[in-house]
Amino acid sequence: MSEGTLYDKVWDRHKVTTLPNGQDQLFVGLHLIHEVTSPQAFGMLQERDLEVARPDLTLATVDHIVPTADQSRPYSDDAAEEMMSELEQNVRDADIEFLSPETGEQGIVHVIGPEQGLTQPGKTIVCGDSHTSTHGAFGALAFGIGTSQIRDVLATQTIAMEKQKVRKIQVDGELGEGVEAKDIILEIIRRLGTEGGVGYVYEYAGEAIEDLGMEGRMSICNMSIEGGARAGYVNPDETTYEWLKETDYFQEHPEKFEELKPYWESIRSDDDAEYDDVVHIDASELEPVVTWGTTPGQGVGVTQPIPAPEDLPAEKQDTARRAQEHMRVEPGDTMEGYDIDVAFLGSCTNARLPDLRRAAKIVEGRQVPDDVRAFVVPGSQRVQKAAEEEGLKDVFEAAGFDWRNAGCSMCLGMNDDQLEGDEASASSSNRNFVGRQGSKDGRTVLMNPQMVAAAAVTGEVTDVRDLEEVVSV
Amino acid sequence: MSDDVEIPEVKEVSGTGIPVRGNDIDTDQIIPARFMKVVTFDGLGEFSFFDQRFDDEDNPKDHPMNEDRFQDANVMVVNANFGCGSSREHAPQALMRWGIDAFIGESFAEIFAGNCLALGMPTVTADQETIEDLQDFVDENPDAEIDIDVAAETVTYDGTTVDVTVDEGQRKALVDGIWDTTALMKANQQAISETAEGLPYV
Ligand code: SF4
Repeated sequence: MSEGTLYDKVWDRHKVTTLPNGQDQLFVGLHLIHEVTSPQAFGMLQERDLEVARPDLTLATVDHIVPTADQSRPYSDDAAEEMMSELEQNVRDADIEFLSPETGEQGIVHVIGPEQGLTQPGKTIVCGDSHTSTHGAFGALAFGIGTSQIRDVLATQTIAMEKQKVRKIQVDGELGEGVEAKDIILEIIRRLGTEGGVGYVYEYAGEAIEDLGMEGRMSICNMSIEGGARAGYVNPDETTYEWLKETDYFQEHPEKFEELKPYWESIRSDDDAEYDDVVHIDASELEPVVTWGTTPGQGVGVTQPIPAPEDLPAEKQDTARRAQEHMRVEPGDTMEGYDIDVAFLGSCTNARLPDLRRAAKIVEGRQVPDDVRAFVVPGSQRVQKAAEEEGLKDVFEAAGFDWRNAGCSMCLGMNDDQLEGDEASASSSNRNFVGRQGSKDGRTVLMNPQMVAAAAVTGEVTDVRDLEEVVSV
Repeated sequence: MSDDVEIPEVKEVSGTGIPVRGNDIDTDQIIPARFMKVVTFDGLGEFSFFDQRFDDEDNPKDHPMNEDRFQDANVMVVNANFGCGSSREHAPQALMRWGIDAFIGESFAEIFAGNCLALGMPTVTADQETIEDLQDFVDENPDAEIDIDVAAETVTYDGTTVDVTVDEGQRKALVDGIWDTTALMKANQQAISETAEGLPYV
């Protein structure tokens, strides 16, 4: 059993009691809700005549279904309009703050929490969305939950959970140019497998992690879930504190910053903390990783050969064979030169300002070929505004990209942004499952945002390091 | 009200089986995202595995859930890492509304298993060989009864009983009828307030 880790400490501080079913009941510091997974939970609450226990610790936004082009109401998609209206009704009835598109603060739920300064070290954060793990970048314990659990949290501000093991993933060395946080996590998932993290929470540590800004740490924690882990986190440090200081919350309440800092320091994993497992990765050996298959674990360095199914562990062979058939790739080839039809720069993994900046550098002065649809969907209205102010929008548009409004968009294709037929996309998102981007024949290649930019302007998977303006993080 | 909600005990599940083969079946396959644009779970059942069951023109494809002989099945027999991917509770909700009451598989994604438990649906596991045998059996005997004994961690079919594993927390919750966590946790009001007061940020 782990001891002295951030996970242990934050867990203990939030533990209410042990339930008769053996699970621990944990207090929830921040509950984020969105339009897709919350309406059923509000319905269950009404059925039982229960009220929302702590609207003051609950924050809502809308992200999955919002159109990214025409956002005038009512939405042209009736189902989307119904979900939006339902959310509006629920938050009004329960007196929950709602960052709607009119506020200028709307965005993907995992982008806005940190932006608002509400994602903080040592908090427990839950949301009915698997990528809630993103918030772990700040040293929060953040879990994705199902609708029945949302009901639990709405009704009691607590959640029932079993304690997991802790695996420390020590990433040493320096990243080379063109290689990013996204590549670290794709490599981790490639090595440990999409099930490798089952039963674990991942603590990301080491020089390469410490060198990352908060956005990079968020990209890594975001995809903990693709690695099978229940959550992922990075211990808070000066980088974390500097970032938090700039948020509205701490600008408005500077005294809170001083007040909370000792707590943040106290929940860091001890130097002699005990882990259930430790894994080492050398960041300096990595190159940009791209996926060749239909699970995020089916990745490969961009210059490396796609593995032959028979060379993989027995239980992975069948899935690999089907994936290669779907993707139409051959073992032994590299992914370089794989034709793409769509370039999607967005999602809670990689649609924050620094992501867009790096991608814009690659795009500048180049052109998206006519037969490629390329678009940028900023992670939030704030990111969008900031990017517009510093001229990134112009750079992307000049190169032939569509510049959209904030939302989840083609990460999961619940709005109009979808792959059509068997289109192939270069995507900065986190999932390449069959059908994920809206077409069941669609093909998704996951990669870092610079690589998406490179693919957009060349029309094929391209090693961004071969282009001149490659930037290091 | 919650305090007197009766939580049923789930000690056993019996019924006929349906095999759904393949590892890493993710929740996007179980219920494609486009069917999640709903504000209640009612009616999700018919969209279970939709893209595996129907082609672009909505013509049925080869899939056990399309076969007449499996229409009354309530025990789904699956392989490894079933329910991985998105945490959507729509997935078990859709399968439950289609008629499934329990799963037997090699392994389940954690959030999926958790979501199932919240609905009182067991997700019991066994090794690859046991599962494949059971899948073959169900395929050949769609009307044969399968009994899952959650408490004893066994599955009985065709006159034989095999050992399966039920996660300990899950077993206790189902068998003792304490899987409805809202009711359980609501009872601890005092302790909740005390925990909150001890947190510097609340
Ligand atoms: S951007 Fe994608 S992964 Fe992130 S919350 Fe939206 S749908 Fe989920």
